[in-house]
Amino acid sequence: MVKETEPSIPERAFILQALKEGYRLDCRNKLEFRNIDIKLGREFGHAEVQLGSTRVFAKVSCEVTRPYEGRPTEGILVLNTEMSPMAVPSLEPGRPSEDEVLASRIIEKALKRSNAIDTEGLCIVAGEKVWTIRIDIHFLDHDGNVVDAACIAALTALSHFRRPDVTVAGTDVTIHSLKSRNPVPLSIHHMPICVTFAFFDNGNLFVVDPLHREEQVREGDMTLTINKHREICAISKAGGIPLELETIVECSQIAALKVKDITALIQAALDRDAQERKFGTVS
Amino acid sequence: MSSYVLPGDSIPLNLILLPGEPDPKLILGPGLIRQDEDSAMSTKAGIPHSNETERKWFVESNQRRYVPSAGEDVLGIITAKTSEYYRVDIGAAHAAVLDSLAFEGVTRRSKPNLKVGTLIYAQISEANKDIDAELTCINPATNRADGYGVLDKGYIYMIKCSLGLCRRLRNEEHPIWTRLRQKYKFEVIVAVNGRICLKSNSARATIETIEIANAIKEHDV
Repeated sequence: MVKETEPSIPERAFILQALKEGYRLDCRNKLEFRNIDIKLGREFGHAEVQLGSTRVFAKVSCEVTRPYEGRPTEGILVLNTEMSPMAVPSLEPGRPSEDEVLASRIIEKALKRSNAIDTEGLCIVAGEKVWTIRIDIHFLDHDGNVVDAACIAALTALSHFRRPDVTVAGTDVTIHSLKSRNPVPLSIHHMPICVTFAFFDNGNLFVVDPLHREEQVREGDMTLTINKHREICAISKAGGIPLELETIVECSQIAALKVKDITALIQAALDRDAQERKFGTVS
Repeated sequence: MSSYVLPGDSIPLNLILLPGEPDPKLILGPGLIRQDEDSAMSTKAGIPHSNETERKWFVESNQRRYVPSAGEDVLGIITAKTSEYYRVDIGAAHAAVLDSLAFEGVTRRSKPNLKVGTLIYAQISEANKDIDAELTCINPATNRADGYGVLDKGYIYMIKCSLGLCRRLRNEEHPIWTRLRQKYKFEVIVAVNGRICLKSNSARATIETIEIANAIKEHDV
């Protein structure tokens, strides 16, 4: 497939001029997220997030494995991302693009380094058996800011996921099927949520949740990973123009507000699903 | 005839000789190949159409991937340049070629020097499935530019939409245009390769252009 063509010179000039005047291509405010729609599946750990026209699907699954040698009491968290030509037609199947690798790394860092998931709770028999939690993220449609959408999808799927219950008696391990015993949710300490900014005009202008067109024109970007307790878990800035300290502080304050709203949205989706399951209306 | 055809379906061609016409000439457009004497086979899914005399047939369908065809107007972006020609992305599977002399009033001495990323409005002069499509910025009928050429004056925005919508929007009296004309003043180029260029000269040029672009996109399903 041919490489995707960059926007032409007049288009670039237009997008920049519009931003300078305070207008974005979808008539959004500079510091406004697109509409976030979270859908939960019938199975546990199945979440689909739509952020404007960007669409990401996440599925969490688990299996019993041996722990790593150096960490006998910790469960394992595996993240796998898949960006197919369905999302970006210029992609070649099987070969991850730079975008995808970066997105995958940011999400992995957000989830693992911040200790969002209690991995010790996933231990069954120390040094012998632990749960491996696998998160598969599929990018279905790419209209910019796949990182934030994927992060929301991954966290929602993890919170929605239930693993089979286990009983250990001596050395005997029994894994109860989902029908015989109520499955157990993962213990999640906090929800680190990514908020991406795109910078233009030497850093004088920035927007939240950039569209694909804006990503093509931007001069730099930065992803802040924050939880609702206003704790910064990670800052990722791979290349682009240098930023002033004040800008970063300003961005983190904006991001903290956004994270609060997004966490509430995720919680609302989970609550709605729990209600539906309780009354058996889940289809 | 307004029912759908699928690839492989045959379409009967009622070739009735008009009085005084020795050899009926039949023109099959994109999506159709001749099967035998009095039928054609469709290679696309869509609705077959013909002109009144049933001498020109084509299949109307909607897709997003542009397939170049000679004589069509396209909007392209220059992706590379050499001393002889420019490579232009027109949204097709392969890049098209634009000769650096294919502009009005250009001689070997006064060739334009266009940058990569320049927006071009051109006509396809040659399209063959085995070689790259060739573009020209001279209208072969008049030997003049007639609007073809580089687009660089003012704030121009380009949107992409489906080919079917683009073909419909080339009709000036399309309801979208009549509605938009009531509210906005703008210039527009609708190319058949699924690209539309918008330009507004009003004081609120950018926001108005964005509003028009979103109105068109909203119409694309």
